[in-house]
Amino acid sequence: MSYDFKSAKEMLALCGEHGISISEVMLRREMELGGESRETLLEQVDERLRVMDASTNRGLDEPVKSMGGLIGGEAKKVRELDKSKVICGSTLHKAIEGALSVAETNASMGVIVAAPTAGSAGVVPAALLSVYGDTDITLDALRMGLVNAGAIGYLVTRNGSVAGAEAGCQAEVGAASAMAASALTEMLGGTPEECCAAASIAISNLLGLVCDPVRGLVEVPCQTRNTIGVSSAFTAAELALAGISLPVPLDEMIDIMTDVGHTLPDALRETGKGGCACAPSLCAGLSGIRHLL
Amino acid sequence: MRKNYIGLFDVIGPVMVGPSSSHTSGAASIAWMARQIFTGTLVKADFTLYGSFADTYKGHGTDRALVGGILGYRSDDVRIRRSFELAREAGVMFSFTADRSTEVSHPNTVDILMENTEGHTLLVRGESLGGGRVRITRMNDIRVEFTGEYSTLIVGHRDEAGTLAYITSRLANHEINIAHMKLFRKGKKRGGHAFAVIEADDFLPEELADELMSYPTIESVDVIEL
Repeated sequence: MSYDFKSAKEMLALCGEHGISISEVMLRREMELGGESRETLLEQVDERLRVMDASTNRGLDEPVKSMGGLIGGEAKKVRELDKSKVICGSTLHKAIEGALSVAETNASMGVIVAAPTAGSAGVVPAALLSVYGDTDITLDALRMGLVNAGAIGYLVTRNGSVAGAEAGCQAEVGAASAMAASALTEMLGGTPEECCAAASIAISNLLGLVCDPVRGLVEVPCQTRNTIGVSSAFTAAELALAGISLPVPLDEMIDIMTDVGHTLPDALRETGKGGCACAPSLCAGLSGIRHLL
Repeated sequence: MRKNYIGLFDVIGPVMVGPSSSHTSGAASIAWMARQIFTGTLVKADFTLYGSFADTYKGHGTDRALVGGILGYRSDDVRIRRSFELAREAGVMFSFTADRSTEVSHPNTVDILMENTEGHTLLVRGESLGGGRVRITRMNDIRVEFTGEYSTLIVGHRDEAGTLAYITSRLANHEINIAHMKLFRKGKKRGGHAFAVIEADDFLPEELADELMSYPTIESVDVIEL
């Protein structure tokens, strides 16, 4: 009996056959292919959760300027926003802070967990840890949530792309958003089918998102793009948990995302030659960038 | 040791010092590998950056990552951020040259020229391939190719008959399975300097280096173990 799978369809078949969650299939696949025990794998999950937790808080506790000098201090600003102006609700508000913090940590040479990439590293931890903090979800469910995110990330990596240079930001923040959406859905009691529906919605909502880093740095607009990844994950999970799904299954959505990515002009695939990277006020000098923020 | 599937921690990972898997994490890994294959106490490292490395190395912390790697820090080590200061404390001099005119085959390429207390030098060229994966493509003036994803044995030797047979016999004796093996030599004729690069599925025991060094044509043995 093998738990290896190559598509969402095969993954869902394994879930149905054994009556288990996506995260459980992914964990058993990892045990089977890597030969490691469940305990060892969960210890590694915990190790990553600890790094993720630290990186979602670092920007709040000790804001720092990024290496490229374009960002720094944004997470703290959002934390200090007057409560009467918080319209996202407290959990999403915290998730936004967390995503900004991870991006700031990354851009200032702090330690992060690429998930699936460094540029999109804020989405998964911010989404999972803010929901964990605001609900009575158990630590075990959080751990398995991260494994679930890994299953979706694996599918996008295997069958599509998670490289901005290949398929644009939709492949980075879009993939991260799909991973988080599916993980949240499972953590909140959704079925494997609902997880895949959430992932599919999240990808479709960010379809076509371009990779246009100013000065080629992982700073602007990457940091704020991480917040849209989180928001999109929350929305997609809520829709899926309510029983809404797109008529496009996840496997097809991953193919569509990759095809769209390959259709994007080079200028919008991490070359720094299009999109925000070429905004006239940015070409004029650094002052324009500060103004944007 | 290497696995041939995309696993959970390939997606939820690597744990790394930001901001870029190719420009920071990969740079640290190249320098770390270069340090592993250079013997003696390091006193100097000169880095020449090409392509995209030359254009954006400061904003990506590529420079600090390279110095960190040369000090033996892995790509998830927070000391990378303070590597300049730590290198000075360790008595390691370093310099950076951005070469924007030389054509290189990969956009993220760096040459690392190392020097030890005895005045010996070694030039290592590395390429950062994306996602933190790297490849070493040159040692001094000899083209090589290895990635550090396997246990790697690098044997510098005089290019004479029987050397490779001796190396593989020792590996067989330790029951080490060879995944990939390549020979690289200077020039077109036999008798000159050459490297045998062997990527193995199994861990390489410490005593292997001494055993290999006892063979007359073998001049250096270096091991990269992840």
